[in-house]
Amino acid sequence: MMGNLFTIGLGHYLALAGMLFVVGLMGVVMNRRNVIVWLMSIELMLLAATLNLVAFSHFGGGIAGQAFAMIVLTVAAAESAIGLAILVVAFRQRGEIAVSGLSDLKG
Amino acid sequence: MTSILFALPEITVALAAMALLLIGAFRGDKAGGLVTSAAVVSLLAAAALVALGRESGVALYGMFAVDDYRRFVKVMLLIAAAGSLVLAPVFFGGQKSGLKPEYPVLVMLATLGMMLMISAHDWIALYVALELQNLGLYVLTAFQREEKRSSEAGLKYFMLSAFSSAIMLFGLSLLYGFAGGTGFDVMAHTLAQGQAMPIGLVVGLVFVMAGFALKVSAAPFHMWTPDVYEGAPLPVTAFLAAAPKIAALALLAVVLGVPLIAAASVWQPVLMALAVASMALGSFAGLLQKNIKRLMAYSAIANVGTMLVGLAALDPVAGGMSVEGLQGVLIYLAVYFVATLGVFGVVAGLRQGEALVESVDDLAGLSQAHPWLSLVLAAMLFSLAGVPPLAGFFGKYFVLLAAVKAGLWPLALIGVLASVVAAGYYLRIVKIMYFDKGSGSVLTSPRSYAHNCGLALATLFVVLFVLWPSPVIEGAHQAVERLLVP
Repeated sequence: MMGNLFTIGLGHYLALAGMLFVVGLMGVVMNRRNVIVWLMSIELMLLAATLNLVAFSHFGGGIAGQAFAMIVLTVAAAESAIGLAILVVAFRQRGEIAVSGLSDLKG
Repeated sequence: MTSILFALPEITVALAAMALLLIGAFRGDKAGGLVTSAAVVSLLAAAALVALGRESGVALYGMFAVDDYRRFVKVMLLIAAAGSLVLAPVFFGGQKSGLKPEYPVLVMLATLGMMLMISAHDWIALYVALELQNLGLYVLTAFQREEKRSSEAGLKYFMLSAFSSAIMLFGLSLLYGFAGGTGFDVMAHTLAQGQAMPIGLVVGLVFVMAGFALKVSAAPFHMWTPDVYEGAPLPVTAFLAAAPKIAALALLAVVLGVPLIAAASVWQPVLMALAVASMALGSFAGLLQKNIKRLMAYSAIANVGTMLVGLAALDPVAGGMSVEGLQGVLIYLAVYFVATLGVFGVVAGLRQGEALVESVDDLAGLSQAHPWLSLVLAAMLFSLAGVPPLAGFFGKYFVLLAAVKAGLWPLALIGVLASVVAAGYYLRIVKIMYFDKGSGSVLTSPRSYAHNCGLALATLFVVLFVLWPSPVIEGAHQAVERLLVP
């Protein structure tokens, strides 16, 4: 699949998507400061998946992957809208959006 | 039958939800009670439509499947959703904000997402349906905007659920790349050709399972469950405890049992690990809980663990997913959701003065103040603990029996031990209710007529299941056989 390292092929796209996904994952796992950063990291993970879908579609997966990619984009927009709305509600009550501040519920 | 009629129940729910949203928009917050009653009626009507369906097949360009299995699960789901809506008027009626008409509409839209999840026959349909469910549930969890704990629960649920969706989507993209198409049929066909499984497929499968594990709150992906159950308004907790579990477990069974069955060597060990971790954590951590909703969260984790044992059982002869195992899971789901809704139904009505009853210790003296209500709660808790004549016993019996038949006796043994430990916290509630002295402040219990009917039906189901179990047991058997045996 890789053939020549400098001919862009499926492997390059998958590697890039994999790296993007790991960056997003690390952003979620290591971030304790800010919910917005969390949202951005999730968005990065979704984009990595979208890149995967489009790359697979281009390299012989048929058109379904591109349709899937469009749908993922719309769903991601709806999800961030609702997430930000809940974030605004939470911010009004506590005046901060630190992840570590979400500690009223504990067992 | 033209293909769109396969989706008639879904279309009914969607149209009813939009019509009720308009009524709510025009008549304002006063319409809350009316819209809730109409929502319960339309959910039950959709359940009747599902139950009356006879034909099976794949519709809507291969995205949407209908068969006996889907029908059986959808009927359970719709009854669970309607049952959790019945608790809403009593609970929200006692709050400052009152019962808003958006609440039943959101429950219907989330339920619509779950119905589509159950019928999914394509990765795209699966993803979109799952997100429709999630978007509804995020808002429902944060529904009490003036409550600090509710918005925190909503935010936590959103953060972890969106995270798990992203992981699952990445897995789905890898599965798509491997199979070259998004349909379940394409996946099954490609896998059945029997080549060695590439690493991308294994990674994708594990990611998809991690996403599912978070949705069904299996340990070690359970961390959101206790917080969200505690922070969400009680009717939402009841809904969360019943409906999404039914939809997600049923969908997981379809995904693993039909398109991915040839990859069983990959997913079976993962399921077994999730099952053991969930049973152990749910049973032991539940012993330490003082809040009823938190306790029910750990109960959910333990019960989901036991159900995963049923999914992990493979047929030793045919090699596919075990028919008895999945049948046990369906029976388990049926008795579990009724008992859970029953527990929440009793607690939803209780008040101590003006305050809501949330702590287990608040139930002290309930048997003197409300003998019938405490009897109902005791029946539900004994059923959850798996005490023989009650319904809950049969769920555990069928699942663990299937596990033993499939050679997974260590898992079955852990399942039995975990239920013995978990029985400790269910029985502690019964003990507090019957033998502890109340604090003196009176427990009041304002309930609606529908609420009482729901509690009575749930109690009859749990107590009399043993006399007439064949509708559930035979129905589940037939449904599963149609799904798994081609």
